[in-house]
Amino acid sequence: MEIKKELPEIFESFAEARRNGFIAAKNFKEQNKPMVGTFCTFMPQELPLAMGAAVVSLCATSDETIGEAERDLPRNLCPLIKSSYGFGKTDKCPYFYFSDLVVGETTCDGKKKMYEYMGEFKPVHVMQLPNSPVGTDSLTLWKNEIVRLKEVLEQQFDVTITEAQLKHAINLKNRERQALKNFYALGKLNPPAISGADLLKVLYGSTFKFDREASIEEINALTAKITAEYEAGKQLESKPRILITGCPIGGVTEKVVKAIEENGGMVVFYENCMGAKHVEDLVDESESDLYLALAEKYLKIGCSCMSPNPHRFELLNRVVDEYAVDGVVDVLLQACHTYAVETLAVKRFINGEKGIPYMSVETDYSTADIGQLNTRMAAFVEML
Amino acid sequence: MLTIGIDSGSTTTKGVLYDGHTLLKQILVPTSHKPKVVMQEVYEHLLHGHAEESVYTVTTGYGRELLPAAHKKVTEITCHGKGAAYLGATVGADIGVVIDIGGQDSKVVLLDTYGNITDFLMNDKCAAGTGRFVEVIMRQLKEDVAFLDQYVAGSLPVKISSMCTVFAESEVIGLLADNVRGGAIAHGILNAISDRTANFAKKLPLEREVFFSGGLAQSEVVRKLLEDKLGHRVVTHPLAQFTGAIGAALIGHQKKWR
Repeated sequence: MEIKKELPEIFESFAEARRNGFIAAKNFKEQNKPMVGTFCTFMPQELPLAMGAAVVSLCATSDETIGEAERDLPRNLCPLIKSSYGFGKTDKCPYFYFSDLVVGETTCDGKKKMYEYMGEFKPVHVMQLPNSPVGTDSLTLWKNEIVRLKEVLEQQFDVTITEAQLKHAINLKNRERQALKNFYALGKLNPPAISGADLLKVLYGSTFKFDREASIEEINALTAKITAEYEAGKQLESKPRILITGCPIGGVTEKVVKAIEENGGMVVFYENCMGAKHVEDLVDESESDLYLALAEKYLKIGCSCMSPNPHRFELLNRVVDEYAVDGVVDVLLQACHTYAVETLAVKRFINGEKGIPYMSVETDYSTADIGQLNTRMAAFVEML
Repeated sequence: MLTIGIDSGSTTTKGVLYDGHTLLKQILVPTSHKPKVVMQEVYEHLLHGHAEESVYTVTTGYGRELLPAAHKKVTEITCHGKGAAYLGATVGADIGVVIDIGGQDSKVVLLDTYGNITDFLMNDKCAAGTGRFVEVIMRQLKEDVAFLDQYVAGSLPVKISSMCTVFAESEVIGLLADNVRGGAIAHGILNAISDRTANFAKKLPLEREVFFSGGLAQSEVVRKLLEDKLGHRVVTHPLAQFTGAIGAALIGHQKKWR
């Protein structure tokens, strides 16, 4: 496969920030290294990393390209799916544009059907993710799919992924997870050391780094710096402590975090997939079957597309205590059926077993509901 | 020691003056297209004659940020909770739930036995199930919302299948073409909105008695419909439209003495 190195025709029309994104991606590609784009956290990044590729997240977070996407996709579909598809189709996202292969999984109905159309303008490989994390059949299927992904990568890029390379990549990803865990554990501090908005900026930013070693160093340095400043007395005001769960947020949906923090609350933990959902569990490096170790780790991701979905509740159960959470906000993107249906179970669990308030909010990629979000979040914080 | 509570809603702006024991004054004016000016007018009206005294002002509602003189801004959820517990107590009711059908949204608030909020739901995405829905249809029927109960009296509600305000308008046109009486159509609309509100409220565990606030609470027909559909006693108060403003004034009073 020929690695993509030229800029898109539309490049000249972009604002500076986006141009810089394209230039950075192009510079990386000039080194003759492939780029693999991903949507969900189920994708075992260790495999493309093992062959020296950059792995970038393609989940888009703005409504800029939704109109374009709605030419092909229904209006009443999750904004993340429409936006991502639209950015891909219009060459407006540097990471999508420079991705030589996009790897998706059969997660939610919207995404897996969208990939069928995406495959018309981009090389797309879809992994068959089981519907359930329980049982050996699911584990076997997922392990086989990970092996299949290795074969697809080897074939597409004409490389061989060795056990040693994979082992090294597993260790790299584990160190990255540990660095992120240490960073977001700053959220345990009370009085707080860092706002939820800043926490999210770092977590979200880490999904676009080409050089993982450098990224780990950056995150570790940042954690050390914030810790030192905190110990020297740089502390924020104590406020009601909020945990965010539900659909992925970032970009325009930071409006929810803003609504919480401008109305007297503080986000201390992100359970969703921009946050801890895929970071908390490491890959077992003592397991000799690397593919089994990967399958076990990734199948534990507590996404609502899983049924049953015990791992989401296990994580919530633990972190509500560890982070001394006062209230839980469940963020839903419009038309995300699995997370919407699961709100009842999460509410029962948070109100019942954890004994703290819970609120779900549905939103989209527009800014039309900022007034309502402010009222809701302010009322929620007033209630705590 | 006086407190002013002002609730700047999408349709009307309500204000009360409270001295810690009784409500001295209240005022309700249409919000129109200039919420900020109206809010200032309400404030000045309430302050008139008390300019020398120390007054603490709390604002609530969509326009709560618009009054420069406000000491504190509190959301309408919290204010409706406080106000409903207070008004409910004056009619001897033990309020556990507040249902507010406002001009632009509807909300359900749960209260503990101390009048503190324990949970709430808000429908603020569309006009369905809000006072606006009734307003639009009544305008279409060329009838005054103020005489809603008289207008629907003696008629059987027709079935309205569309809860979307825009679609319901076309449905009403069809019903009128079929020679259905306006009273039966309006009754059908009230039945539909009560159904929707009751189903919305039942998402929360309802306990004790329900306080019904907002502009639609003036309608005895809607109160009765809600009571039937919820299976809980639903009470309201002549000042139910002022629930948010009263709550704001009460919060101001507590704040000042804390």
